[in-house]
This record gives sequence, C-alpha cells and structure tokens, in this order.
Amino acid sequence: MSANAVSQAAAPLEPPVPTKKPVKTTGLHIGEAGPGCAKVDPILVVDNVRRTFGGLTAVDVAHLEVPRGAITALIGPNGAGKTTLFNLLTGFDKPNDGKWTFDGRSLAGVPAYKVARMGQIRTFQLTKALGLLTVMDNMLLGAKGQTGENMFRALMPFLWRNQEEENRAKALDLLTRFKLETKKNDYAASLSGGQRKLLEMARALMSDPTLVMLDEPMAGVNPALTQSLLDHILNLKSQGMTVLFVEHDMHMVRHIADWVIVMAEGKVVAEGDPHEVMQNPAVIDAYLGQHHDEDIGVDPDTETEHVSAIKELLDDER
Amino acid sequence: MDWGAIFSNAAVELISPTTAAYALAALGLAVHFGYTGLLNFGQAGFMALGAYGYAISILTFGFPVWGAFLVGVGASVIFALILGIPTLRLRADYLAIVTIAAAEIVRLLFTTNTYASVTGSANGLSGYKNEFAALNPLADGTYGFGPFTNNAYDTWLRIVAWSIVILAALLVWQIMRSPWGRVIKGIREDEDAVRALGKNVYAYKMQSLIFGGVLGTIAGMIFALPRAVVPSNYQTTLTFFIYAILLLGGAATVLGPIIGSMIFWVLLSFFSGFVARAVEAGWLPFMTSIQGGQLRFILVGVAIMLIVIFRPQGVFGNKKELAFVR
Amino acid sequence: MKSTLTAQRYLPRMLVILFVTLLAALSMATFSAGSAHADEVGTEYGFTLSGNVKFNGEALDGVAIAVKGNGYTADTVTDAAGKWAIGVPEKGTYEVTLDEQTLPKGVVVAKGGNVIDTEFGLTDRKSVNFFLGEGTRNTVSFFDQFVNRFVNGLNFGLLLALAAIGLSLIFGTTGLSNFAHAEMITLGALMTLVFSVNLGLPIWLAILIAIALSGALGYGLDAVIWKPLRRKGVAVIPLMIVSIGLSLALRYLYQYFFGGSTSQLPGSGMTDLKFGPISLSPIDLASMGISIVVLLAVAFFLLRTRIGKATRAVSDNPSLASASGIDVDNVIRIVWVVGAALAGLSGVLWAYFRPGVSWDMGFQILLLVFAAVTLGGLGTAFGALVGSLIVGLFVELSTLWLPSDMKVVGALVILILVLLFRPQGILGRKERIG
Repeated sequence: MSANAVSQAAAPLEPPVPTKKPVKTTGLHIGEAGPGCAKVDPILVVDNVRRTFGGLTAVDVAHLEVPRGAITALIGPNGAGKTTLFNLLTGFDKPNDGKWTFDGRSLAGVPAYKVARMGQIRTFQLTKALGLLTVMDNMLLGAKGQTGENMFRALMPFLWRNQEEENRAKALDLLTRFKLETKKNDYAASLSGGQRKLLEMARALMSDPTLVMLDEPMAGVNPALTQSLLDHILNLKSQGMTVLFVEHDMHMVRHIADWVIVMAEGKVVAEGDPHEVMQNPAVIDAYLGQHHDEDIGVDPDTETEHVSAIKELLDDER
Repeated sequence: MDWGAIFSNAAVELISPTTAAYALAALGLAVHFGYTGLLNFGQAGFMALGAYGYAISILTFGFPVWGAFLVGVGASVIFALILGIPTLRLRADYLAIVTIAAAEIVRLLFTTNTYASVTGSANGLSGYKNEFAALNPLADGTYGFGPFTNNAYDTWLRIVAWSIVILAALLVWQIMRSPWGRVIKGIREDEDAVRALGKNVYAYKMQSLIFGGVLGTIAGMIFALPRAVVPSNYQTTLTFFIYAILLLGGAATVLGPIIGSMIFWVLLSFFSGFVARAVEAGWLPFMTSIQGGQLRFILVGVAIMLIVIFRPQGVFGNKKELAFVR
Repeated sequence: MKSTLTAQRYLPRMLVILFVTLLAALSMATFSAGSAHADEVGTEYGFTLSGNVKFNGEALDGVAIAVKGNGYTADTVTDAAGKWAIGVPEKGTYEVTLDEQTLPKGVVVAKGGNVIDTEFGLTDRKSVNFFLGEGTRNTVSFFDQFVNRFVNGLNFGLLLALAAIGLSLIFGTTGLSNFAHAEMITLGALMTLVFSVNLGLPIWLAILIAIALSGALGYGLDAVIWKPLRRKGVAVIPLMIVSIGLSLALRYLYQYFFGGSTSQLPGSGMTDLKFGPISLSPIDLASMGISIVVLLAVAFFLLRTRIGKATRAVSDNPSLASASGIDVDNVIRIVWVVGAALAGLSGVLWAYFRPGVSWDMGFQILLLVFAAVTLGGLGTAFGALVGSLIVGLFVELSTLWLPSDMKVVGALVILILVLLFRPQGILGRKERIG
C-alpha cells in the first residue's frame, strides 16, 4: 500500500501500480530477443498462423513462442490483430492456415471448449459476466469435470451434491480473494464494470488453468480496481500459472509484464523485455506511425509524456 | 344472457386436456426459449410429429400405446437433430427461420395427397382412441363435480394428461437447478463465455432442443387424444399461441407455462362464450358470430404485443430474470 | 475452411444430407392412392358440400375434389356412384376444386373451370356440380413444360423480390425480422380489391392508391410501434415477437372485415397469349415488366441517391452511420415506407399470380420471402433479389417432379441445405467473431 501512496503523492494522475513491487522473471529467451525468438520453456508455440477477412490480412504470424510461468503482454495499436490472434489461439476463430501447440499438443482445429478443458482459459475484452445468473452460479460454471453437467446425471442430485459443495467452497474462497464474497447471491448484472472483470477472472480460475489469457483486463476499469486487478495478475504467476494478456497501456505493461510481444498490422514486429522493447524503433513506429528519435520508457518523465501521447492517439482511433 | 353457462364453459377449460397439452408444449418452449435462449418457432411441428407419430403407429402399424408413444418421441428426437445440426452453430434468428420452415415442411408432408393412405391428407386421422381407452382403470360412469363432471374416458384422459404435465414440470424444475441447468442458463446469457469455460455449447443446445421438443411431442399426443388429428391444427399460428402462453406466464419459469395456459384458455373460452352470446342477444349489432370467433385471434395478437412491451417477464417471471435473449 | 474441415465437423453434415435425401425420397415415392375413402369427410361438422360427378350419364369413380375456405381445407374422391361430400365447419364461401388429372382420358371440365366458388344458402347442404365435356388436356413435352414453368418461376421470383427487398432493408437497418411483412403484402391486394371492385375505380388507380396506403401503413407502424420501441431500447428478439403479435392481430382483423373468401381482381381471367411453348397472360407480362422496372428503380435508389447510400450505410453499421451525421431515424422511416409500399405492390402481383385476394395470402408466402432473404444473405438488398429468384424458380420448377401441393416443401428444404453449406447466405459476408 505504501508504494502506491508514494507514487500517488508524486504523480496524482499517474495510473495505478500494483501494491507490491513485482518480481520479474528473467532469462526467458534463447539467443537474441526479437520477433519469433525461441524460449527456454515455451508453453504456446505458433507457426505460420494466418487469418484473412475478405482482402484484409488480420493476422499473419510466422513464429511465436510464449514463455511458461511468466506474464507476457501482447501489445500493439488498434487493429494490430491482437484480439483476432487470441480468438485463433483459443479456438473461437479458425485461421486460413497454420498450426499451433499448447503444452506440446496441437490445437489446430480443436474447438474452443476443448481448448479450455486443456487448461488454456481466456477472458474477453467486453466482459461476458452472465448477467442473469448469480455471482455464485457464474463461479460454479467455471469448475471443470462436473458430474451434474451431464443431462441424465443432473436428475440425480445425490451423484453430484458432494462435488457441488466442494466447488462452492472453492468458489467462495476465490470470491473472498477477489473481494466479491458479499455479492455472491446477487445477479452478475448488478456488478460494476470492474467487478465484472474481477468476476470473469475469478471464474476462469475455478478450472485451475495452466495458461490464463486475458483480453484487455484493465479496459474500462476504474483506477482503484485496476490496482487490485494488477495484484491478481501477479498472484496468478506466483501460483504457477502462465499469463498472456492484451493491453493498450504501456505503463501497466511495463510494471507487471516479464515479456512483451508487439504486434502491428497482423505481424509480430518486436519481442523482448518490457524496457528494451519500448526502445525498439519498430514499436514506436507501430504506435506512432513514424520513426521517433527518442525511446520510450527510459526517463520516467518523457515516458509518461509519450505514453499519454500514445494513449491519446489510441483513444482517437477507438 | 346465460352467465352461468359462460362461466362454467370457461371453468371447464381450467383442467381440459387441451389446456394440459398447451401447458406442456409451452413448458418445452420454456426450456428452449426461456432457459436456453433458443428461438424455436417450430413447436407446432414437434406437436404434429407427436400426434401423427402416435396415430399412425396405432392405425397403420397396430402398435400398442407405449410403442406409439415411443415412435412419436423418436420422431421428434430425429426432427430436433435435423433442425439443430445445421442451425445451432448459427445466429439465433436463423434457428427461428429454419424451425418455422421445418414445421411447415412437416405439416405440408402430412397434408399432401401423396401420402393420403397413411396420413389421411387434409382430413387427417381419427379412430385411434380405443387403445388408450382400454387402459382406463376407471369404471364407467361420471366423475367430478360442477363444471368438472366428465365420463370415465374424459376423466382418465384428464388424469393422465395432468399427471404428465406435473411430472414434466418437476423434471424441468429439478434439471434447471442442477449444474446442467446452470450451463443451459449460461448459454442463454452468453454462449461464448460458456464455451470459454470448457463447455460443449453445441451439445448442450442440442440436448435442450431435444428435451423441449420431446415435451412438445408428448403435448401433441395429449392434444390429439380428445379430437382427431387434422393437419390444419398444426399451423404456425399454433406455435404463436404457445408463445403467447409462455410470455403470459413468464418464459424462464416452471409454473408460468402451466398457469399461463390455464389463464389463456379460461379467458379465451370466457371471451368467446361472451361474444357469441352477446351477438345472439343483439348486443353487438355490427358483428356476426363468425366475426366474433375471429375477434379472439385479434385479441391474442394484441395481447402478445402488450405483454412483450409492458411486462416482458410475464405474470410469474422475476423482473430481474426476465428471459429475453439479446 | 476446407483444410480445417475435420471429420468431426463433417459428420453432422453428412447426417443432415442423409436425412434430407431421405425426406426427398419419401416425398417422391408415391403411396398407392387406392385407399381413397368414398365416404363423407368432415362429418363432425354440421354443414356439407356435396356433388355428383357424371359424364354422359356415367358416374365417374375416384375423381379428386378439394374444398378450401374459412381457414379450412379438406378433400375427398368420388365413390362408385360418382358422389362426393365434404363437411365444413361453418357456413361461408368455399372454393371447390376438381382435380382434372383424376378424370378419365378424354374428359375435361367443359365450362366454368375446374374451380368453383360456392356459398351456402339457407340450408346446411350445398351441392356443387362441374360440367364435364369431351376434350383433350394438353399434353406438353417436358422441355416445353420446363420453359413454361421457368418463366412462371421468374414471374413469381420477381414478385417475391419486391417483398423480400423491403424485409431485408428493414432487417438491415433495424435488426427486426418483421413477421408482419405478410400483412403488408396482403394490404396491397385487399386495398386494390376495395378500390377497384367495391368502389369501381380503374385498376391502375386502385393499385396506385393501394401502394400509397401500404406505404402509409409502413409509416404508421414505424411511428406508432417501432420507433417508440427502438427508443425504449427493446432488443431484437422481443421486437420480433411483437411483430408476430402484430401479424396475428392484423391478419384476423383482415378476416374480420373481409371474411374468409377469395375474390378476384379485375382482369385476372385474361386468356393466355402463346409465345412458342410459353403461355402467359397480358397480366403476367405486365407483372414481370412492373417488377423489373421497380426493382431497377430500387437499385438506382440504393446505389445512386444520397438517401439510398445512407440506407446502405445504416445497414452496414448503424452507430457509425449515426456518428457520421446520418439521421438514422429518418433513414429507417424511409425504409419502412419504401419497404411497405414494395410489399403492397408485391401483394397486388401475388393476387394476380395465385390468383385471388384473400385475408391470409401474405402469410402464405411469408416463409418463402423469409427463405429468399435468408438465402441471399440477411440484410443485403441484392442478396434478397437473388434469393427470391432462386426460390421462385425452385417453387415452380419443382412441380415438374413434386406433386403441386408440395412445391413449397422443396423451397424450404433448399433453405435448410443452403444454411448448412453457406450459413451467411449466397451474397452475405462472413461475420467476424470477437
């Protein structure tokens, strides 16, 4: 809490940061950091995945590896193909061609629900809290391998009552961690936008995933909740999960990400440690549409300047 | 004006087999539309399959009652598969158009002269009630009281029909509060979210379509038992009436469809009786008795609009859990 | 797409194809027609239509007779004494049809046609007799039949297109699947009937008035129902159910005022002109001409005029269109008026094509219009045109192989098959997920 207090005192308008100083994971890659570079222990490997909409190529990724046990940020300007890549990797969309593996298993042609069952759970840019279900029901829906989800066994409560109680206890535990336990009997529709984001993340955790893919987890969330969201993302890593998230805000990315992948016009244009990536001319080029002499993220003052410039630009684009 | 007759005729509808059949069909639609968010506009087709499946099995193939029952149910499972396989992956309104089209296909196949020897064409089928009547444990005579007095066959039919409705309601109630029901309701809210949680949404939607369709099919059999099976009974309008009942009672409720059906039929009967007698008595000089009969359809249409606009959760629905799919 | 078509996705399609083929095979196979009952049908009703089919004093057995009217249909065949009887639920006007195919060779209906409109008098029985004579039914070569059906199908498709484009534009701009479109079709025909037959105006004037009134109905419905509901933020599914309620109410309102009978518009009995194998009445020719001119005008409107471009913009992306300064409400109002007027015109042409005006005539083709719109791709105006032509041709051509009372079945089966292989419709775009 103190770190936050200091930073707020110093720059009141600065976006929130995690309450604890994040422990960065390093040494993730092999050889030179660059687009498509090899990782020591990749969890997700993408090869020649291409998706076109009509004449427009939305995604064209030659090779990409996502490191295990780290927080990886996927950034890029609007229309860079980040969400489309997310949809392709999670089975929500089908690429024109290409292959990709998760934990060594091929995911090409695997439907979204099977991808999720393998332990690769995603959230959505526009939150998909199930509004007319209670918060608790939302949570319970996240649990894997439920006996009572079979149509015929559903009619025999004695078959699934115990499992249901276990899931309920687990859900309550998660809700407490996400400070939503008082809302457990409310309809999800009554939650605020930020609380829905929290609920969606908590729900994703019900299935004990190995890879959590968050699509703009911080979008449209007020600063106080953003801070708690950042804490939760860091917690995921400390619990041994791998996180891949899409984000616009470079500032937050720099704080919590161990690795950054930059996309522009459907391609991966840069990869690396957050601080180094921000200095990459290709990244600045992608964001500002022109070469820029100064790098981003070295001097805190110039950094905020640039980041806010970029944010403004992105907001205009939106 | 004979108010007594109007009221007692209306009261008869409270527990009539037709009311039970509509209640059951609406319950099936509640599973589809209210709980899963599937826009099934072909419930009349499911009902037709039940009625014809039952009647043809008995008349043409000489099956026993349980065999005829299974044929009807089997036909509706196949029908649900044919409907569901192409459309359950598509947007909700596609299912609406395909189901309405498929129900019409079913009706036209039963209407065409080509199969008249089996389906009876436009005249339909009758004479399949003996098998069901033979199972009647009640001795001959009259049962009940007041407007609810019936002969042994009609009483037997009412007992069976309402037992099935109550059983089905308990089944729906139980399954909707199970984890299966949770997934189903989740799909109504946002199927992508449910898919992202590792549920095979397509399979669940198919199960729901089959489950609700089978309820509709059994409703079709109950509907056929007090009358003849005539294809013109299974027009799209029938589906619309069942939607009216569902919306009246509340789409995502178990009791809604049942109470809705009772309200619907009692009011409709009361209204028809009143208008018919009012016309006879010369109270409505601008109206013929045929026009009086049409007035009720106009009223049902207006009622559907008003309910959807002003009380979308129905009479019994929870305002918060109003069951409309976005 | 092809490369990712795994066996798992492929299997359900195979299953459906199998079922549909089965369905088609079933509908082709003809059951023995020998079981025809000579006894009365509809005996549960109090009123009876009956008749006696004789030729030169000799009773004809097995002649098919169909009765239609007041929402009731029934049919029967004559018994060995040439007698038939059909019970009907209420006194009223019925259309009795004798199926000429079932007459012995060399016998035809000599005068009055094989369709007779009849009305009950004071009694509960009404006899209907056909005048038979010697003659030959034209037997036409398959090719000639095909060409003839094709032209008919084109005519039907064009009139469907008039209705379908309106439905599609309304769907595109408001997201509403408007079931009450059927009643806008019917209104055109009913109003033409009222102004030409009942009020004695010249037919061209009656049609223009009917189209204007249809447009006014569209305007009125938008102003009174749809615009307030849009303002209220009612979602598309409830809107669709409202349109179903509206459709039901309007349809029976028509029946309330016009009754269940079928009436003919002036000139509907015109004799056919022969163009080689093609026989068309002057009305058919005019109908096709009018359809083509109007469709071209609609195309011009959509492609060249400011408001037409705005319409397509709203159809593409309402919020973007609104943001770029287009008055969305105004566009939607125009779409309703144009769509309803087109539907009204389509209703007039449909009344000549059927032929006849009746209270539920719009509802009879509503599904075909929906099928056309869906086939073409929901919300695309030109897709609706293509879809309509396909449906029209298919319905008419299918009568070459299918019994005519199943011609609609073929078109609906095609609809399901197209959705299976090209869900977005023929001209529709694939949707982006996420």
